[in-house]
Amino acid sequence: MTEEMRQVGHNLPELLLTQEHHMCPGCGEPLALRGYLEAISELSIADRTIGVVGIGCSTTFSMSMDIDLVQALHGRAPSVATGVKRMRPDSIVFTLQGDGDMVNEGLQEVLHTAARGENVTCILLNNGVFGETGGHMTATSVLGQRTKNSLDGRDAAYHGYPILIGDLVARLEGAAYVARGSMHNAGAVARTKRMFKRAFQTQDRAEGFTFVEVLTMCPTGCFVPTLDGPDYMNDTLGEVHVMGELKVDGVVRTTEELREENLRKAAEMEHALARGGIEDHHD
Amino acid sequence: MSARGSVTIDVELCKGCELCIDACPPRVLTMGTTVNHFGYRYPELAPGCTGCQACQLICPDFVFEVFRAPRADATSGSVS
Amino acid sequence: MRLIEGSEAIAEASIAAGCRFFAGYPMTPFTELLEHFARRLPEEGGVCINAESELEAVGMAWGALATGARAATGSTGQGLSLMQESFSEITLAELPLVIFNMARGQQDYFQSTRGGGHGDYRHIVLAPMDINEAVELTQLAFHLADTWRAPVLVYGDYLLAHVQEAVDVTPTAFPDPPAKDWALDGTRTGTGASRIVSPLGFEKVGRPSAGIEHHLRAIVAKQERIEAEEVRVESGFIDDAETMVVAFGPPGKFVRYVVSQLRDEGHKVGYVRPITLWPFPSDAVAAAAEGAVRVGVFEICAGQMIDDVRLAVLGRAPVRFIGGISTDGSGFGVGPLLDVELIRERILALHRDKEMPPLPNNERQF
Repeated sequence: MTEEMRQVGHNLPELLLTQEHHMCPGCGEPLALRGYLEAISELSIADRTIGVVGIGCSTTFSMSMDIDLVQALHGRAPSVATGVKRMRPDSIVFTLQGDGDMVNEGLQEVLHTAARGENVTCILLNNGVFGETGGHMTATSVLGQRTKNSLDGRDAAYHGYPILIGDLVARLEGAAYVARGSMHNAGAVARTKRMFKRAFQTQDRAEGFTFVEVLTMCPTGCFVPTLDGPDYMNDTLGEVHVMGELKVDGVVRTTEELREENLRKAAEMEHALARGGIEDHHD
Repeated sequence: MSARGSVTIDVELCKGCELCIDACPPRVLTMGTTVNHFGYRYPELAPGCTGCQACQLICPDFVFEVFRAPRADATSGSVS
Repeated sequence: MRLIEGSEAIAEASIAAGCRFFAGYPMTPFTELLEHFARRLPEEGGVCINAESELEAVGMAWGALATGARAATGSTGQGLSLMQESFSEITLAELPLVIFNMARGQQDYFQSTRGGGHGDYRHIVLAPMDINEAVELTQLAFHLADTWRAPVLVYGDYLLAHVQEAVDVTPTAFPDPPAKDWALDGTRTGTGASRIVSPLGFEKVGRPSAGIEHHLRAIVAKQERIEAEEVRVESGFIDDAETMVVAFGPPGKFVRYVVSQLRDEGHKVGYVRPITLWPFPSDAVAAAAEGAVRVGVFEICAGQMIDDVRLAVLGRAPVRFIGGISTDGSGFGVGPLLDVELIRERILALHRDKEMPPLPNNERQF
């Protein structure tokens, strides 16, 4: 390091009280955590942000996020967030939930909250497994995905089909901004942070319900070596739950559009990183 | 030629996941052979860092602090 | 004073007590309470949400409570069954939820007092006998909930919900409850002093946290203090009573009336009317049973409160059930057993150690 170098970003996000956590090596959840915490700081909305945390691996972050929080039950964060926002309409309210929480136990809660156009942001950390209880299949696990109770891969005949929750929510009138990010590489992580920002900005303009789904790798739950986590996730979950801004300004985008855009943006991100960094003003 | 960037590595936080190794575009990170207090090996930095932040973006354990020299061709003018 | 329906009176009493949030799901005979809140709360700057399910209703109330607002939810027993996990956890999170049960014909004493939820949990249960008392106890409920940071359930029924009485809903003055320094407004986010409202005994990193075991014990210790301080009961004619009858709610009012009639005729009968179902007035029941020859329990179900009566009486006198299942054709409301003459017959049969007359049958089926 020479004297003219400046620090870029922060090791420890402003809104995180400690870097220490008990997530497995290679877990994608802390990456998502960093993304939305930095988004909140950079938008200068911290002093009116209230979070509602569900039950799952990410529950542990309720102790290390420097955010006014309500701990909710498994699946029940969206209704709690509704109560908070209605009594504190000037606050920015988000939920933090896993896929088992939101799409299994709490499916009706998120759908109703979205349909009602509640001005809250639901954040879904989707790793396709029930991480905290040992890695079982959830409603978002994709066909062929290996989990503790689908060791030969999810089979439609026995286990039925996954619910593409981001796509489902995007089709509800009350949803104003719906996006799906992914943590499979640095470029995707950077793209996802912008989705968080747009979601919070949309909430701030009281335009309706906002939703950011984030595909996170769970090498433990999917029985893959840590190093293979991102690729496994991208090749299984990522093929079905397609990354991108699913709904912007009331317009639902097609999966084909998203796939094309993903190829283009992945290349852009790769080039930007090779040149020396992704600048925040890009989209 | 002076370095374009650098990182500091908080080795005691690292859990040896190795995601940073592949994520680094100039490939200047390699896993070392010593272990931290957890028992995990951690990355070591070779010359050639560009300060692109990829490692910081992909690291689940908040290990990297990233530094970047102002670039001669910078058009945006922002070094975040 | 005006003639208003019980549901409306309870909604007005809640608003008088400062309730500014309500969420509920329509279910007979509770629906009218939701309707009144929906009409009136926005007029008072409050919020009422027609939740898409009972589970979401209690969740919304949970969120509103976390911001420091006075909030309530309600249903009938079947709907409250759905909310039990949340009630137990809200008790652990120490939030001042007020819950209204407009119980159906099956009666929900067990559900209300045994904690339909999980763990060692209890909550205060107030059982008004008529609408005027419901107005008083509703306001008391919000006060007790805030004072103790604990849920309070107001136990009603079809009669209380739908009958009209002349009622004066004037706000009762209560002493100020403790300040809600635990409530969330987002202003502490990013300051290092952010808060968490949690049932799990969590605390933020860097702050002392005694853990879940200590937290559970502290909740139970609080419940023990509530038991010592918040018993409410009404008794009458017990000093020389040979026969003592225990009943609560509107049936309690009927029993009280019949007992005073029988006293006029010279029968040595008395009554105990629990007003708090939890904490149960065990001492009052035990004291009343002390000199009595026999104790009767009148409930319009197969007998739920009788367990608590037996525990309180503890063998001082034989305890006999003189009620029974009696409901209207739909199962929602009150049946023909809630009748002065029939109750009189049954208390006399008890008093004379005779067989109980047969229960009336409701001939009309839904």
